[in-house]
Amino acid sequence: MKYLSRYRRHRAAAPILLLFALFAIGTTFSVASATTTPEQSEFSRSTAIEEGREIFLKGCSSCHGLNLEGSAIAPSLLGVGAASVDFQVGTGRMPVADLSVQIMRKPPVYDEKEVAALAVYVASLAPGPEIPTDASLNYERDGSTAEGGELFRTNCAMCHNFAAQGGALTQGKYAPTLMGVEAKYIAEAMTTGPQSMPVFSDKTLTPEEKLSIIKWVKAVEAEPALGGASLGRVGPVTEGLLVWTLGIGLLIGVAV
Amino acid sequence: MSSELEIIKDPGVPAHIHRQADLDPKAEQKAERQVAILFALSSLGTLLFIYSYTFLSEDLFIFFPILGTTNAKQLFLGLGLAFALFFIGAGAIHWAKTLMPDEEVIAMRHEMRSEDEDRRELIKTAKQGAAAAALGRRSLIKRSLGLSLGLVGLSPLLLLRDLGPLPGKKLETTSWKTGTRLVTDPGDRPIKPSDLEVGAVAQVLPAIKEGGHRALSDIGKDAVLLIRLRQEEFQLDPERLAMTYQGIIAFSKICSHMGCAVALYEQTTKHLLCPCHQSTFDVTRAAKVIFGPSARPLPQLAITVDDEGYLVAQSPFNEPVGPSYWERNSQ
Repeated sequence: MKYLSRYRRHRAAAPILLLFALFAIGTTFSVASATTTPEQSEFSRSTAIEEGREIFLKGCSSCHGLNLEGSAIAPSLLGVGAASVDFQVGTGRMPVADLSVQIMRKPPVYDEKEVAALAVYVASLAPGPEIPTDASLNYERDGSTAEGGELFRTNCAMCHNFAAQGGALTQGKYAPTLMGVEAKYIAEAMTTGPQSMPVFSDKTLTPEEKLSIIKWVKAVEAEPALGGASLGRVGPVTEGLLVWTLGIGLLIGVAV
Repeated sequence: MSSELEIIKDPGVPAHIHRQADLDPKAEQKAERQVAILFALSSLGTLLFIYSYTFLSEDLFIFFPILGTTNAKQLFLGLGLAFALFFIGAGAIHWAKTLMPDEEVIAMRHEMRSEDEDRRELIKTAKQGAAAAALGRRSLIKRSLGLSLGLVGLSPLLLLRDLGPLPGKKLETTSWKTGTRLVTDPGDRPIKPSDLEVGAVAQVLPAIKEGGHRALSDIGKDAVLLIRLRQEEFQLDPERLAMTYQGIIAFSKICSHMGCAVALYEQTTKHLLCPCHQSTFDVTRAAKVIFGPSARPLPQLAITVDDEGYLVAQSPFNEPVGPSYWERNSQ
């Protein structure tokens, strides 16, 4: 105690006290806000539809209407299918946090069970694209990387960039990066055509071709930077930025 | 007031500021060491370059904090050479700033004009040389020299022939004829209207004979984008509407501005965006230009179905595809 009072005016006393207070507040908050994990239970279709309906009424009906008929700010969900729901809610895009020109991906609000229930409920009202099964998503076995590359360049690269890094559309809309996106979501996006993305029907882009595209995207994702620092893989833009700021700045700094 | 105007004396050159290395021998030694260290870093850079070129394998990938997993050989080759060159420069600049004498000296500029004697010598030698060559007398040499020089100057002009050949009618026509089937690109599968859902797009090329081959210059004119909308969403006059089929509309993919492939279709706004210069076309109004540098809407391909139910072209394009060119409006 005498130690504490003796050094109470030391110049390091205030920073140390601040660190201690931050640490204490942080740990208290994380302990207090920890959520319990929900119990796992059997998935039965009729209860799933009921659960899905409840979740929908609570979290989605304010924009999408009580009977999925849509409203001024949200489209109708009749016929969008389980795949759409799984994509939009599973990637966190729905429920919308910020209704601007494009809905962004964010941490999902609902867990897997709730997403599955929602999907079953929406699909039960009107048929639509199904969620792809794991067996149908075996891109390693059923896809061809080279063909996937050709298909990607013809159909996808103009919006999503030649290395699937994402690209700009008009008026603030954008095609997001495909790096780190699950194969299931890529497949669902191609089938359902979310937001600005067009639909790629199974007849014009067959399921095998879709798997080839996924395989190619995964190969690009796994590819290490072969030529040194990749700098975001968008080509001359980042390289020029590095040269003009860091490189020439360094030269000027030395020469002046 | 003018009598109080003082003539401001020329203050001369400001007093010379001596650097530490000029005044203090220890500071001088310190500066020398610093320059030596910079040059030594450059040598290390060269050694790193030689080491990574000779001994590192191309398959070695190492994780670095900001760069991620990168190819070690490429990274160290680049860094080694960068260090080698940069520190030579840095060392030289540091040497000049700290140690090289920086007193102001005045260097007198000498007269530009040559001496009179040298001038006379030059003129005399030139005249002698001309008399010796006697080009005026040797007319055979003069004429043959003139001919060879003239022909040599003509030969680059001949290379201008490679600016041609003129395209003639090639820009007016594409491979699309009446009854040409629309096939997927790649894959060459014919398309039925039921294959496309509302909101779907398809990249399309004209069908070719079995085992045939498409020239790249043909693909560059023939590429077509197929988009399906709801019939009610079109705002077209009846003539244009007759060129669509059950909500399916086909446009040339070649931008009317500079020829980039316009395939960025935004399903929500029904706009087609060209990625090169951002020309935006409204699909519901027959690719009318609503933004950007394009002067004309995209040419629309008239489509219908044949007896087997596959989509075919009703007729060739009714205007040349792609960017403008001089003779375009004179068809």
